[in-house]
Amino acid sequence: MTERTLVKGNEAVGWGAVNAGCDGFFGYPITPQNSVIEWFARELPARGKVFVQSPSETSAIMMVFGGAAAGRRVLTSTSGPGWALMQEGMSHLAAADLPAVVVITQRGGPGQGSVRHAQMDYLCVTRGGGNGGYKNIVLAPASVQEVHDLVQLAFYLADKYWNPVIVLSDAIIGLISETVELKALEFGPVPEKTWAVKGRANHAEKVVRRMVHTSVSAGKILEGYPTYLSWMAYKDDKYKTMAAAEVRHEAYRSDDADLVIVAYGYPSRVCKEAIHRARTEGLKVGLIRPISLWPFPAAPIREKAERGCKILVVEDSLGQMVDDVKAAVPDNTEVHFLGMLSRHLPDDSGMILPKTVLDKIRSIL
Amino acid sequence: MSEAAVTKERVGGLQRSYWLPLQGCPGCQHPVVSRLIAEVLEEMDLDGSAIIALGVGCAACIAGLNIDAVLGSHGGAPDIATAIKRLHPERFVLTMQGDGDCIAIGAGPLIAAMGRGENITIIMANNTNYGTTGGQLAPTTVMGQITSTTPKGRDQQTEGFPIHAAELAATFQGVSYSARGALDTMANYQRTKKFLRRAFQKQLDREGLSFVEVISACPPNWHMTPLESVDWITNVVLREFPVGEFKNAKRADALSRQQGKAASKGNAA
Repeated sequence: MTERTLVKGNEAVGWGAVNAGCDGFFGYPITPQNSVIEWFARELPARGKVFVQSPSETSAIMMVFGGAAAGRRVLTSTSGPGWALMQEGMSHLAAADLPAVVVITQRGGPGQGSVRHAQMDYLCVTRGGGNGGYKNIVLAPASVQEVHDLVQLAFYLADKYWNPVIVLSDAIIGLISETVELKALEFGPVPEKTWAVKGRANHAEKVVRRMVHTSVSAGKILEGYPTYLSWMAYKDDKYKTMAAAEVRHEAYRSDDADLVIVAYGYPSRVCKEAIHRARTEGLKVGLIRPISLWPFPAAPIREKAERGCKILVVEDSLGQMVDDVKAAVPDNTEVHFLGMLSRHLPDDSGMILPKTVLDKIRSIL
Repeated sequence: MSEAAVTKERVGGLQRSYWLPLQGCPGCQHPVVSRLIAEVLEEMDLDGSAIIALGVGCAACIAGLNIDAVLGSHGGAPDIATAIKRLHPERFVLTMQGDGDCIAIGAGPLIAAMGRGENITIIMANNTNYGTTGGQLAPTTVMGQITSTTPKGRDQQTEGFPIHAAELAATFQGVSYSARGALDTMANYQRTKKFLRRAFQKQLDREGLSFVEVISACPPNWHMTPLESVDWITNVVLREFPVGEFKNAKRADALSRQQGKAASKGNAA
């Protein structure tokens, strides 16, 4: 029997990072991710690893940049307003093709918005957000176990592609406690960081390494790129490889479905409950839950639409992922939307409840 | 072997395949700062383990040296250096930044690193303006100085007063060494080299953050010849920004002072 431990979603970030062999955490407090940074402050130094509380998210992400350039496994965590501040550093990480992990516990926006749950950062997380048109893999957990597992996967994918990877959680997943199997996951070998800046004398080739500006990135640290476009071509090739190889989703009771719900994060759990109730009424409803938000699992959703399924997108925002769903399906597909305006309370503690989703299902079918 | 020859082979070897030449505009003193850093690193046998975190701007021309370098965001060098030093304490980690990078856009990371007493060395080349972008007002622009964004000269009513980074650094308990050098005379050149050596030694002795500001000529943006620039440094800039050491202490000094205060507070209670 495997041993299971009661863990909070935000703290599962820490367990996952430690199980992935994380060397350092750099972060700034922001609600609702404070229990992430507090976990690392408590647990990392005790394991001989590095923890630094930065003076801002701008600094946190540049510390991550430095740690990644030095070849170490490092991460930071934040929420909406802090994520906005990190865009400069994210763009620099992308420029230098550096592997790093960023965990975001989403809250409501815009501006200071609300410190409670929401899914309003989908677009700015999946579309880059900083200058320069880059792509980051984005993974969305829907349980505490999945937070723990996806953080480990994020470190693996970051090292596999030499690219930042984002774990997009939310205030519900971050603050609930569930039993989790805490163990190190094996994903396979990753390429050696032949570009890690360690001081010239510490490199096997004894040649200087520079992580400096355009045309010298992890992809081609020693000789640099001959032209700007050859540098762009390297990135284009990498992004296309990631887009083809790293699509992940969960299909739930969708085989015979007339209506397929698309939801990620905490609303996907609400939808599963609604689907359970709808099925007892004989309504054929299923769920496709994107686990990777970029690359987006367009193909399985399109396949359902092409077979005549209606689509319902449920997300706790005014509608962001719904654009990706509409782009994935044929023009004549019925795409319905249930968003944050259908929460059960008007203040920021309101939630999209299973009953609300069930009513929507009934109205469609 | 002469000092210059060793420097050229080991540290100053210009990487011709590389896009950043180790040079500036005619009369620019940033490459001289780079050369001094290279000489001291080599004389202290630190060049092999050294990693330089760079600021954005002309000061980054030091990347042409045969030393590992990392460049991130404008003003983020102290953050990059912090992470590298914490993760690799055995490496010698320094930053090379301009005045705008260091004390304007990068003031937050700088002050936070000084507050934490990070065991790194920060070098700020101060040319009293934004050189790379064409000579705009910097926090270090001297009173009355004409820049492209102070066409009538820096006016205290609208632009306030210059920030004295080296003096500011000296006020931090986490900073063990702070000095300002200049390159207008051979005497100041040698003093600056001495300041750098002491600052580097502080990091080796794990005494906390060491800071060296170097006044550096920017003839094109000052609209002067190189020789006029040197005279202007001697006669105007150094009156605002005097050369000298502002702090040379041990980390233990800060600790004992702190404990002394705590003790006296305890007595009063």
